[in-house]
Amino acid sequence: MIELVLDVNGAERSARVPPLRRLLDVLREEFGLTGTKEGCGEGECGACSVLLDGELVNACLVPACQAQGAKVVTVEGLARPDGTPSTLQRLFLERGAAQCGICTPGMLLAAQRFIDLGATPTDEAVREALAGNLCRCTGYSKIVEAVIEAAREARR
Amino acid sequence: MVIPAPPGKMGPVPLPAPELLVGQSPPRLDGLDKLLGRARYLDDLTFEGQLWGRTVRSTVAHARIVLIDFDPSYDWSGVTRVTARDIPGENVVQLIDDDQPCLAWDVIRHFDEPVALLACADREKLEEALRHVRVEVEPLPAVLDPAASTQVFKHYRYEREAGRLAEAFARAHRVVEGSYRVRHQEQLYLEPNAVCAVPRADGGILLHGSMQCPFYVQRALKRLLALDDERVAVVQTVTGGGFGGKEEYPSMIACHAALLARAAGRPVKIVYGRGEDLASTTKRHPGVVSHRTAVAADGTLLGGEIDVLFDGGAYSTLSPVVLSRGAIHAPGAYRWPACRVDARAVATNTPPNGAFRGFGAPQTLFAVELHMDRIARELGLDPLDLRRRNALRPGDRTATGQELRESVSALEVLEAVAERSGWASGRAQPKGDGPKRRGLGLSLVLHGAGFTGSGEVKLKARAGVELTPTGCRVLAASTEIGQGTITIFAQLVADALGLPLGAIEVAAPDTSRVPDSGPTVASRTCMVVGGTLEGAARALHRRLAAYAAEVYGGDAERIACVGGTFREGARAIATFEEVARRQLADRGPLVIVEQYSHPPGIEWDDDEFRGDAYPVYAWAATAVEVEVDLDSYETRVLRVVTAQDVGKAIHPLLCVGQIEGGTVQALGYALMEEVVHRDGRVANDRLQSYLIPTALDAPPIETILVENRYPHGPRGAKGVGELPMDGPAPAVAAAVLDATGALVPELPITPDRLRAALKLGAAPTASLGETPLGAAE
Ligand code: FES
Ligand code: FES
Repeated sequence: MIELVLDVNGAERSARVPPLRRLLDVLREEFGLTGTKEGCGEGECGACSVLLDGELVNACLVPACQAQGAKVVTVEGLARPDGTPSTLQRLFLERGAAQCGICTPGMLLAAQRFIDLGATPTDEAVREALAGNLCRCTGYSKIVEAVIEAAREARR
Repeated sequence: MVIPAPPGKMGPVPLPAPELLVGQSPPRLDGLDKLLGRARYLDDLTFEGQLWGRTVRSTVAHARIVLIDFDPSYDWSGVTRVTARDIPGENVVQLIDDDQPCLAWDVIRHFDEPVALLACADREKLEEALRHVRVEVEPLPAVLDPAASTQVFKHYRYEREAGRLAEAFARAHRVVEGSYRVRHQEQLYLEPNAVCAVPRADGGILLHGSMQCPFYVQRALKRLLALDDERVAVVQTVTGGGFGGKEEYPSMIACHAALLARAAGRPVKIVYGRGEDLASTTKRHPGVVSHRTAVAADGTLLGGEIDVLFDGGAYSTLSPVVLSRGAIHAPGAYRWPACRVDARAVATNTPPNGAFRGFGAPQTLFAVELHMDRIARELGLDPLDLRRRNALRPGDRTATGQELRESVSALEVLEAVAERSGWASGRAQPKGDGPKRRGLGLSLVLHGAGFTGSGEVKLKARAGVELTPTGCRVLAASTEIGQGTITIFAQLVADALGLPLGAIEVAAPDTSRVPDSGPTVASRTCMVVGGTLEGAARALHRRLAAYAAEVYGGDAERIACVGGTFREGARAIATFEEVARRQLADRGPLVIVEQYSHPPGIEWDDDEFRGDAYPVYAWAATAVEVEVDLDSYETRVLRVVTAQDVGKAIHPLLCVGQIEGGTVQALGYALMEEVVHRDGRVANDRLQSYLIPTALDAPPIETILVENRYPHGPRGAKGVGELPMDGPAPAVAAAVLDATGALVPELPITPDRLRAALKLGAAPTASLGETPLGAAE
């Protein structure tokens, strides 16, 4: 067991967990942050994507000990401080980028990471950035549209 | 907007234009929760005292069970064990033929078949316990090849002008034959199957789960547990995709969880891992479809014989109805002066196949569409012209003898796609002479909206609305699985009542609270259930108008709620809210439930397989441009243009979302998705080995919505859920044919299959000639 202390969405959190417990389980079960989803448990679908010290990772592959002292951002941390949706979240809603919604949290974080990097949001660049996140519902076009628009707004 | 007149000062106010919601795209009602990470899917919920459940599965395709051995030396404390012996009712998962046991008892009929169940509070201990159950078996010979199967689940044979078939073949300019093969496809909803069964003090069960059809689950539980309606309630939780994959299989998992929960006296949650879900749940039926067609020199179809063979897997489950839809769609969107369809679904010792978006139609439509391209090649005709010549027109009859009266759009969608895809110039373009070849292909399909044949008549779907103080609550068993059910229901009901969207709530599908609207399948949710709800909302409106006339004075016939206010002509009478509150206080709760019935004149004969197979059809044409790399034999889709007639798009954004999503699933079917079995076991039960399209594989898709209204659908709507799954795969195959000259008669068109077709068929750019069918195997 380790005493895991980390910053989740700007707040300090801690838990006593086995060092190899998946970050995904720590978030969902210890902290009740169930927004992060599990679609495969082996790093293939991206449903569990979170930002770990700014990097996009699959929380199902990250052992707790590796997140010691890290800054983690989950879908619950994307909204504005007043709880209203961020520009990216609003655009996902307006453009029809979420259907069943199970890929959405991971997709949002992959998109957020792309926006944070500040690259030019071309169709190809966005698709490249989202390639690790599967969506079975949308066919991706609406997601790509929403991300391009959000990235443009962020660069303004 | 609602502009309530100040109370007591009712007078003439200018009549606001009704702001109709149908045809607009307001934010989906479940959207914000999903985007903020607040939506609670089954695995996000915790239940007091909950245990985890696991399934012990067979490791052989066919065998007699000798013994289910729970290792006597293992410490079983804290572990609940269940076998078929513990089933209080019938050991069956109720569906159609009821041949599938909930837990195998004497015979195992497929790999990964459930044999026993375990539950434990500690997941690690549970995994360990699983390794201490041994199923001792006597192997039996397994039938894995459907062609070798002698057990027929269902056989349909139907004909149109069969007497003229021989004559058609005798006077044909050409007789064109072809055989086409499709493989298992996995639905791959991104949320794996998940349920939780909670035992109730009265001996009943409350079941929460990710599912499409709560009443299927409820009926299965009642039969298994020998319980009455009162003691089994099923509630759908937020569901992360279904695509047919959560039509029937959740009943099985619910049965398992319920058995464990009753044995343990505590809630039991079963959440499948991806591997278990891939290996053991239903897939799209694989099959072989053969065509023999008599054609005139100008390409006119004279007659056809079509054979369909579907592999149902080990139990019949939904095969009879998947097969009937497949058989009815087998002749495609064309006029057949004479035609015979012979279709069988047979048993093999593989996990049962079942519902998947399209439900038998994508398989047979792939065959007929690629066959059209084969005919065009053999006759030297343009595939577009061939389709134009033979496409069904209003007044024509389908192969089941159905006269197409309304909303018949084959030519309209075809022409729209021909124009927007730049068909003529695209086909004329050189295919390239380097390793990269370009090709353009198209397809034309139809899809019957609603249940096949007498399905709706037998089902008698019900749905209703309940008055609330500020609007109304929709009561329906139709599930939101991402496609937008609750939003379009709210739009339809809001418009019927003259209310804003915010005044409508949609009750969670809970079998103890909502009427049985039937399953959320068959592109029936909007047309059948939406239409029924619209009728119920109109009835509610009439009741309230009558009540308003009574209490406020006026002529009930002339009173209507517009923009949230009841008016008689220009005179505002009272806000909806005032009327609703008063009505509720005066007369108590007001619930109106209506039952669906077919429009007049729809007749279907189950025995003869004749008549109106569906009340109406949706139509789609799809053009696909591909680039084929002759070095790697890889095919890349460059763009898709599709025109789809859905009758009326209630919510255009959601409607296009269905089309884009379905199209990409279909492109996966065309090029990459195939569940591979080895000795009856799913060999690629991981996302590393079962690949679906990523954002990089998905091409840009141009969607043209055609709205050729169906007079009996809500606001003219037909169905859209399955239609987009039908056309892209044959269009891809046609484009590959255009690019390389090779007709690959089998899905998915993998590099191996393309290479084989090229080697055994013709060299690229040469004419097709006879492409050997066995090429792909
Ligand atoms: S759950 Fe982590 S990548 Fe699929
Ligand atoms: S919205 Fe369902 S998987 Fe993406």
